[in-house]
Amino acid sequence: MTLLNISNLSKSFGNETILAHLNLSVAEGEFVSILGPSGSGKSTLFHLVGGILAPDEGEINLNGDVISGKRGYISYMPQTPSLLPWRNILHNVTLGQELQRKADKETAKDMLMKAGLQQYMNAYPNELSGGMKQRAAFIRALLSPQSVLCLDEPFSALDELTRQEMQEWLLGTWEEYKKTILFVTHNIEEALFLSDRIIILSSKPAQVKAEVTVPFSRPREKKLLLEDEFFKWKRKVYNLLTSTADEYITRT
Amino acid sequence: MVLLLLLIVWELIVKQTGVPDWLFPAPSQIFQEGWNGWEQFYPHLLATLKLSLIGFLIGSGTGLITAIILHLLPGLRDSIYPLLILSQNIPIIVLAPLLVIWFGFGLMPKIIVIALVCFFPITVASLDGFKQTAPELKHYMNMAGASKSQLFWKLELPYATPSIFSGLKISATYSVMGAVISEWLGAKHGIGVYMTLASSSFRTDRVFVAIFWIMILSLLFFGLIKAAERTLVRGQFKGEIK
Ligand SMILES: Nc1ncnc2c1ncn2[C@@H]1O[C@H](COP(=O)(O)OP(=O)(O)OP(=O)(O)O)[C@@H](O)[C@H]1O
Ligand SMILES: [Mg+2]
Repeated sequence: MTLLNISNLSKSFGNETILAHLNLSVAEGEFVSILGPSGSGKSTLFHLVGGILAPDEGEINLNGDVISGKRGYISYMPQTPSLLPWRNILHNVTLGQELQRKADKETAKDMLMKAGLQQYMNAYPNELSGGMKQRAAFIRALLSPQSVLCLDEPFSALDELTRQEMQEWLLGTWEEYKKTILFVTHNIEEALFLSDRIIILSSKPAQVKAEVTVPFSRPREKKLLLEDEFFKWKRKVYNLLTSTADEYITRT
Repeated sequence: MVLLLLLIVWELIVKQTGVPDWLFPAPSQIFQEGWNGWEQFYPHLLATLKLSLIGFLIGSGTGLITAIILHLLPGLRDSIYPLLILSQNIPIIVLAPLLVIWFGFGLMPKIIVIALVCFFPITVASLDGFKQTAPELKHYMNMAGASKSQLFWKLELPYATPSIFSGLKISATYSVMGAVISEWLGAKHGIGVYMTLASSSFRTDRVFVAIFWIMILSLLFFGLIKAAERTLVRGQFKGEIK
């Protein structure tokens, strides 16, 4: 069932067209990655979905309702953890809930426990490592009541090891809660390892260049990254990303 | 320590050179006068304390409210902010004689002077604090669907708390000074009155007693606000920002 549907979406800043007639849809419970070169307009797409920008053309539908230009319909995790420094971790992770309705401390505590952050519930963000902060930021998004989670390059500021650890953790947590996720990344491996489907954007203006359905079964483990099949797909996605041919869609 | 050393040097110089008391009393004399004249002095102290407290509360309260209103109405803020900055360069005290002409010698003009003196530092500091809110936090709040009031209460106000407190600290010190100066314009009680009387009768020791008390009061106010800040603003706050 389609949960989020974006149709014919266009956005320009001045006379520079960033998104042109973009179409994409995300099914309920699906993990979709958006892969595109730097500056191609991935964040702009999120800003439109989040409603802090209004589209010039086209429509965004969530569950049949038009949400273009309306805020509060998605939960969000940015590249920087963006935790509030004067709130402890427990109060930080309930912030997303608080903005919509009442905070549910019990579920929050439970999730922090599962994320290995139980000793840090009463700690302040500056006492946590980069990876721990991103865990807290993800839990904050997961706890928010909205059905779609938008993650904008959440791990790109982390070192390689922490990044891999976080990908595995995110996958485990997601497989447990099965929320719908829209995930922006530059990293092909990350997109392949995490998602059900990858949408490859062209740049200037951004259009859907290709769509790849990832064939690996779940639950996925780290050793998948070393399999030949994985490398084969990596090459395939790389070619799609760098090719200039506009419209060609691959499916398995 | 440094203060004690200064007092000792001062005492020695006065004793050695034999400057007359009415010109420059030694610290020991000042303390003696402070001690003996306490009965006489303390109603004045109380009056000034009350006056500066009322002025401070009114001034900082209206200052904070003004800052919030201006912050929520950016169009108005942009036109008024330069005026606020300009007004900081005018010593508000010079308005005092005018206020006396308009409002007479009662409590009113004095409170207005103190409130005005306190008003500007708070308004400017709070406005700056609101404006400096980290853009990435604001971006998160907007993307997460925060309403304008949630953005203010959950992010901008707590973010600006340290700035508001630095404004309050400045105002607190100004308020005592403002009170004393407004009392010079005419009052029945107050440290300002005590000072005028003392200087006209060449009781320099009493003038110094008054000066010391003004310093003590200012420091006391400052300390109280600092203590309030420490309980309200988490220590962790500073590590994260700047
Ligand atoms: N508010 C804005 N006003 C003007 N131009 C903007 C604005 N926001 C983004 N742009 C421009 O739109 C283009 C796309 O930006 P966007 O941040 O969406 O790219 P991105 O794909 O997220 O890039 P990255 O991978 O580096 O995060 C850039 O050229 C940027 O300069
Ligand atoms: Mg981006």
